Amino acid sequence: MTTHTTARPAAKAAAKPATMAQALQRAMRDAMAEDPTVHVLGEDVGTLGGVFRVTDGLAKEFGEDRCTDTPLAEAGILGTAVGMAMYGLRPVVEMQFDAFAYPAFEQLISHVSRMRNRTRGAMPMPIVVRVPYGGGIGGVEHHSDSSEAYYMATPGLHVVTPATVEDAYGLLRAAIASDDPVIFLEPKRLYWSKSDWSPEAPAAVEPIGKAVVRRRGTSATLITYGPSVPVCMEAAEAARAEGWDLEVVDLRSLVPFDDETVSASVKRTGRAVVVHESTGFGGPGGEIAARVTERCFHHLEAPVLRVAGFDIPYPPPMLERHHLPGVDRVLDAVARLQWEAGS
Amino acid sequence: MDSLQQRSSTVQEPPGAALAYRPTPPPAWQPRTDPAPLLPDAEPLRVLGTDAVADADPELLRRLYAELVRGRRYNAQATALTKQGRLAVYPSTTGQEACEVAAALALEERDWLFPSYRDTLAAVARGLDPVQALTLLRGDWHTGYDPHEHRIAPLCTPLATQLPHAVGLAHAARLKGDDVVALAMVGDGGTSEGDFHEALNFAAVWQAPVVFFVQNNGFAISVPLAKQTAAPSLAHKAVGYGMPGRLVDGNDAVAVHQVLTEAVTRARRGGGPTLVEAITYRIDAHTNADDATRYRGDSEVETWRAHDPILLLERELTERGLLDEDGRREAAEAAETMAAALRERMNADPVLDPMDLFAHVYAEKTAQLREQAEQLRAELDAESEAG
Repeated sequence: MTTHTTARPAAKAAAKPATMAQALQRAMRDAMAEDPTVHVLGEDVGTLGGVFRVTDGLAKEFGEDRCTDTPLAEAGILGTAVGMAMYGLRPVVEMQFDAFAYPAFEQLISHVSRMRNRTRGAMPMPIVVRVPYGGGIGGVEHHSDSSEAYYMATPGLHVVTPATVEDAYGLLRAAIASDDPVIFLEPKRLYWSKSDWSPEAPAAVEPIGKAVVRRRGTSATLITYGPSVPVCMEAAEAARAEGWDLEVVDLRSLVPFDDETVSASVKRTGRAVVVHESTGFGGPGGEIAARVTERCFHHLEAPVLRVAGFDIPYPPPMLERHHLPGVDRVLDAVARLQWEAGS
Repeated sequence: MDSLQQRSSTVQEPPGAALAYRPTPPPAWQPRTDPAPLLPDAEPLRVLGTDAVADADPELLRRLYAELVRGRRYNAQATALTKQGRLAVYPSTTGQEACEVAAALALEERDWLFPSYRDTLAAVARGLDPVQALTLLRGDWHTGYDPHEHRIAPLCTPLATQLPHAVGLAHAARLKGDDVVALAMVGDGGTSEGDFHEALNFAAVWQAPVVFFVQNNGFAISVPLAKQTAAPSLAHKAVGYGMPGRLVDGNDAVAVHQVLTEAVTRARRGGGPTLVEAITYRIDAHTNADDATRYRGDSEVETWRAHDPILLLERELTERGLLDEDGRREAAEAAETMAAALRERMNADPVLDPMDLFAHVYAEKTAQLREQAEQLRAELDAESEAG
């Protein structure tokens, strides 16, 4: 897949800060304008514009047949999307919060992920499942889960998560264009993060499956994604005072996994820490650490470490700051990279 | 008791006397739809053995008969193939052929059928190659056909999860302006699943052109209907969603065909979804792996054998002079020819390419899958070198 740009007719250069939520919304609007088969559906996505306002204005602009308020039933939302895809539409489904997606898991795992395979390619499933995920917004129970490991464990799904406003646009455009199902994890605490990216200016479509080096460094690599990317960037700045020059790799896509970019970085730096919010045990970090170890063993100066959420159900909002991996916990791990054999 | 009465009498006041504030009465409640027309009839619809048969097209009756005979033979042949190890499993529809055949014949070519794992016969009656229809059950691939070719969704193994697919497809077709109807098949056990509820609710809210067809064959493996639901009938469930429920004798091929055709026509004209419940019986066990004697008695099975769909239709056609000995023999011979061809083709070992394992996971193989495909390629090469 190649990177290309799209320009809106009334493009103006005036750059004003845009939020990630706006970038996502524009991605859907641009896709819907270009392709009449793109349909948005979910609970509250129409009149209300979504509880995070990510679909704001789409029903007004494209009509309720293109941006549809569904009955409140996640399995039904995704199940009907399967049928719509069978008839040639490209449904973009919103699951209001991470934990609300669980009732739809059977549809996802038994049908969405394997329909192409089951039918030997005759029935692709070009469905995007948008899932606002992760903590840090003071949500009550069932509103802050990081469920990426469940999705990663299911062959046939792509799992994508942007960390920047630019990527939110570029990756969602690519997800909608993809002929395969994409779980699009939106870090909800970054919805209001801003960038000089203009909602009007030309914007790039980013290929799925390519990690990016967010910050060059020489002492160690922080491998991260989604809501933990800003944490790692801050940690990398703070580490300079300790004499550490950290490289930060933003995975952007968990499936497919970009072994090439990650391995190249770790081979350069010789040390690696995987950082994510999701639980450590059975979490994405274990898979990533194993892959890095298999590919970079002779280049490693220390074991690959993980900084993850604790292995607990997501905590109540007043305690979540103790659970979420923050800058200090990342720096502690970096300090542990001064590892000596036998220690 | 006395003190309670006393206390209540002390707080009682003349209506309205001491109320400075009068609450506004809430808006009067109105039912959204009159439920009466949605309710199924008390008795399942029967056509065979009634005067109504006279209205049926003789050509249709003959066709139904031929398909039933062929269907019965197909069930017997497929069951025999499990005993020879040619099929991993076969969930028979012996006794239910009228439902299977009518479902296929009620649809136009442009319509879609959403079968469950038990509905191989419906797919075959719709025109699918019998061998392709059995691929899933033989175990050489999960679906043996291109669903678009005959507009038959893959045979669905999880229960009721194909029902929302039918709704989505029908909804999409209507959005595109196509007068396509989806017919989704499910068993009595499947009506307990959450997806059954969500599909019916979506279909009714969207007025999607879908027909939900429940074959109530009495048992979900071993669990009888009485332990499955407390509803008056499964067709009654329709009322709660705001769609009509219809009850039909599932062994009366003409009645099933009539009810399904009406529901399909109604959906095609924009009348929305219908839930049809056919009362039938599974003469064979759930599959060849099941022991039905553990949960039902012979006398029950014998009662249903006497209400056999082929017998019912054959008797009617014979009485009406539409079928004679020649016609019966012709149908039996056609069924035998089909069975012989099926047997012969199924006796050939399927040719499988292990590299297919990686071919359709994604539109484009990921780097990881490319590596794994190379690994398997090397293993296969080593195997063939070793002979």
